[in-house]
Formats: sequence, structure tokens, C-alpha cells
Amino acid sequence: MTTVPILTGRRLPRWSTPVVAAAAILVGLVLQFGGISPLGLAPALFAAIGFIVARSTWSWILEGRRHATDRLMGSLVVGALLLALVPLVWILITVAIRGYSVMNTEFITGTMRNIGPRVEGGGIGHAFVGTLQQVGIAALISLPIGIMTAIQLVEYGRGKTLSRWISFFVDVMTGVPSIVAGLFIYTAVILTFGFSQSGFAAGLALTILMIPVVVRSTEEMLRIVPNSLREGALALGIPKWRVITFVVLPTAISGIITGAMLAIARVAGETAPLLLTTFLAQDVNFNAFDGSQTALPTFIWDQISRGTAPAIDRAWGGAYALILFVLVLYAAARVIAAVFAPARE
Amino acid sequence: MSKRIDLVDLDIFYGDFLAVEQVTLTVNPRSVTAFIGPSGCGKSSVLRSINRMHELVPGAYVTGEVLLDNEDVYGVDVDPVLVRRTIGMVFQRPNPFPTMSIYDNVVAGLRLSKRRRRSKDLDDVVERSLRSANLWAEVKDRVDRPGAGLSGGQQQRLCIARAIAIEPEVLLMDEPCSALDPISTLAIEDLIHELKDTYTIVIVTHNMQQAARVSSTTAFFNVNAVGEPGRLIEIGETSQIFSNPRVKQTEDYVSGRFG
Repeated sequence: MTTVPILTGRRLPRWSTPVVAAAAILVGLVLQFGGISPLGLAPALFAAIGFIVARSTWSWILEGRRHATDRLMGSLVVGALLLALVPLVWILITVAIRGYSVMNTEFITGTMRNIGPRVEGGGIGHAFVGTLQQVGIAALISLPIGIMTAIQLVEYGRGKTLSRWISFFVDVMTGVPSIVAGLFIYTAVILTFGFSQSGFAAGLALTILMIPVVVRSTEEMLRIVPNSLREGALALGIPKWRVITFVVLPTAISGIITGAMLAIARVAGETAPLLLTTFLAQDVNFNAFDGSQTALPTFIWDQISRGTAPAIDRAWGGAYALILFVLVLYAAARVIAAVFAPARE
Repeated sequence: MSKRIDLVDLDIFYGDFLAVEQVTLTVNPRSVTAFIGPSGCGKSSVLRSINRMHELVPGAYVTGEVLLDNEDVYGVDVDPVLVRRTIGMVFQRPNPFPTMSIYDNVVAGLRLSKRRRRSKDLDDVVERSLRSANLWAEVKDRVDRPGAGLSGGQQQRLCIARAIAIEPEVLLMDEPCSALDPISTLAIEDLIHELKDTYTIVIVTHNMQQAARVSSTTAFFNVNAVGEPGRLIEIGETSQIFSNPRVKQTEDYVSGRFG
């Protein structure tokens, strides 16, 4: 006796998606090279819509409405993802191609001393020193402040008025335009106290931008530490500060480090505050406390503003170096996070 | 070791909300006292106010007295950290510290709260505590592995080992078996039988059979309606509470005719 299956329905064959996609791409190519734009749509867009309509319709006929809706929505979600990826990938590829052509040892270690805008050569060594020092100063100041602020907010200040105010101002600080941070340091430190423009002043401006990011990311990480761990530790008669230092922080440390690295990467790309606080130099300046320094973003800005072909090439090279620098930080963050992650079997 | 606990006119608040009203009872040393009652009756709150864990909730406080051998736990100069070193606690869900090994979990209370000890002493503490918690045989070859890698029942016994490593006088257990399977539950109940010779034990449980199996004294808490304070209805010898309760509510609850 054979049983009639009641749990299986008709489904589109496995090859349906690649086949429909291939057909859509083919149509798109034909339209593209034929110079036709049906319904006033670009061929690529027409092909994408055609793919979604064709597959959903086929699905409706064969599989029924629920599966058709599923496939339609699935296509839209994936489409949105691809659309969002386009500019990102485009930027990365463009920068990599254009930057790679000028990248060599001399470009990494050299400076712009005695190199005019119409001359090829030169390098980003001085800018790299500037970025490392300025971002390092910003990190040294804002990581302790930011992490301790987050500890106060999460561990001590829950529901208290003071922490609500701190939290509010951290939110406000997140929204401060970066040039305002630079302007603030310019007026408060350089004009008021008469310090010269310096890498340190730039570091201070970056600190203003970095603190709220560190506070927010650390706060998130501390909040996901289960309260049961705090209670378990407190119930053993462990003083609160030791509970925080030896139980809560180690549990959250990998996330905190990742957040710190992302905050560093974020401020490494800032341009506007640096222009006001340290401006530019064409040669390397190792003293962060006196005189102008160039950083990678201001190097790019400087070279682009020159407008000549060799200068613009150098700007692409600087952009490529900056992206690589940030990429290294991200990679380091992942590695450190993995090393410090709570041990699991 | 092991001390007597007296609760006198204890009111428990969460902000403005009176959660438990006028509890007066005595917990005898070297015995197991079970708190039973429906959800929301405040039995866990009473337990947590004994070692001052209740006040960790923002806005929470108590009035009345909690006496540990006639010393008020809520006295003016009392340090809650010292209270918690004297009155240990085991929670509903096993909560071993995820960043620590089994060994480090057991000695966490000693290492993080008192002065440094010689590692030989700590080795002894680890073995003694894990033996007391009936876990030594299962983990003695892997005490340097993460505590989070153990099974749920083993983790709970690890938490008990951690709690008794600091040599408390009293052990509070907040539904210690509710997240465990029957075999692990049996292991914990056997353990409670052994520990009661050394410690004063208070256990909150939803499981009336468990209360009947492990405790010598049972306290029944109840609440009339949501939003009203919970009350201690009756406390007495476990056999009396289950076979011959004095109050109608208790009889309804223990016989399953509640409501």
C-alpha cells in the first residue's frame, strides 16, 4: 500500500534561480549593447526588476502564494543589501587601484619636503607619524575617561539623576560636528592659552570626538554582562570594585577592546578638526607638542587642493594608506577580541 | 559554624511597593528550612533580604530586623560585604564566572575578597570544597578547564562549592534545582542532606515534594492578589505542614487545591 504524501508540495527546481538570473542578465546585456532603455529604465534596473517579477510569478503559478511572497520579499532584501554594498565596494576598488599605482617604499617612508605639486615622488611618512601620534594621544586620553564613564553609568549610576545627565550629554557629544570640536580646541586651548598649533592640540580635538564613541560602545558591552554574574560575585562577599575589575570587565573585555579599536579607526579619518588645530607640514615633525603636523586625512586634503596630476595621485595613495591603516586596526581588534573572549569548551 | 537566623517584623519594599509584609520567623542552625508558596508571594525576596542582596535592586529596602545570632544584619555599622561572606547564596540558574577555570571559580571568593593565600592552601580549599559539593570525582582531572564547560547540574554544584569555599555560617538557596533535570536535582538534594550537618540552610523551592524531602522546617508564604504584599502564612515542622497544617490556605496549597 502506497501512502499519498501530504507534507510535500510542488517546488521550483533548484536550478530556477540561476537560470532566471542568467536570463535576466542576458536580457540586460542585450538591451545595454542595443542601446535600448525599455520604459525609460536603465537596462540593469530593468533586468533586476525583470528577475524579481519573473521568479515571483513562476513561483506563484507553481508553488502558490505563500512561497511567491517569500521569494519576492527575499529578493527585495537581498537587492537592498547589494544596493548598499555598491558604493562601499566601488570606493574600495577605486581607492585600491588608484592608490596601489603610487604605493612603494619611498611613498611610505618619504615626506613632501622640497617636492612641488608638479613633481612626482614624495611620500606620506610625515603624515603617518602625525596620524599615529595624534590618534595615540587621543586614545591615551579618551580610552580611560570613556571606559570609566561607562563603568559609572552601568555599574554605579543606574537610574540616578547624575547618570541620566551624563548619558544625555554623551548623546549630545556624539552629534557634535567634528569641525566644532576642532574649533573648540582652537579657541579654548590655542587662542586662550597661547599654545602653538600642534599634534597634541589635534589629539585633544580628536578626544572630544572619541570619548562619546568609547562610552557608548563600552556601555553596550557592560550591559550585556549578565546580572547573575554580578550577583553571584557579590554574594560571595567580594567588594563591588573587585567584582567590576575581576568579574565584569574580563567578561566584557573583548567587546570593549573591539569598540575601542573602532573608535580609534573612526577618528583616524577625521580631517576638519586637524586643519584648525595643527594644520599642515611638509616635513616630518616628531614633536607632537610643538609645531604643525600633517596627518593622513589632511595629507589627502592638501594634495587634492593642489590640483595637479602627481598631487592627485599622491592623494589616492594617501587614501589607500589610510584605508589599510584602518583595516589593520579592525583586524587587530578581531584578533584581540578572539584572544580575550571568555573561554568556552 | 552555623548560626541561627531570626526575622523580626520584616517589611520588604521595592521603591514604594510593599512586597512582603510583617514576616517574623526563626531559622534553626544545622537544619534545612524550606520556603514554599506560589509565584510572587515574596519568598525569594525574603531570602535575598537575609544576606542583603535585596538592596542591590535600585530603590529596594527593608524595615524590621534580620538577626544572625542576635546581631542585626541591618545594623548601622554593618558592612554588607561581611554579611555576604557569612551568609552564602546559591542562585536559581547556575552562574559560574565564564572567564574563570573550575579552580578559579571555587577560589574566587577567597582570592578576590581576602588577602592572598599560599597556593598550597588554595589547592586544599579547592579539593575540600569540590568534595563537599560532590563534584571532585567528576572534575579532579580538569580543574583548569573553564567552568562554563560543565553540564547544568555540575555547574550548580560548582556554584555550591564556590559558596562553601568561603566557609559561610549560613547557605541560602534560591530554587537551586529549578533549572536542572531530575538526576542533577537528586544529586543536589543529597548534597543538601550532607551540608545540613555543617551549615544553616534556607532553600526556596517551587517543588513541594522537594521541600518535603530535604527540609525539617517549612514556611508557607502566600499573596492574596497581584499588587498586594506577600505574607508568611504558617511555619512549622515539615511533617506537620504537609500532613496537618493549621491554616486552611496551607492545606489548600500543599494538597494542590489552591485557589
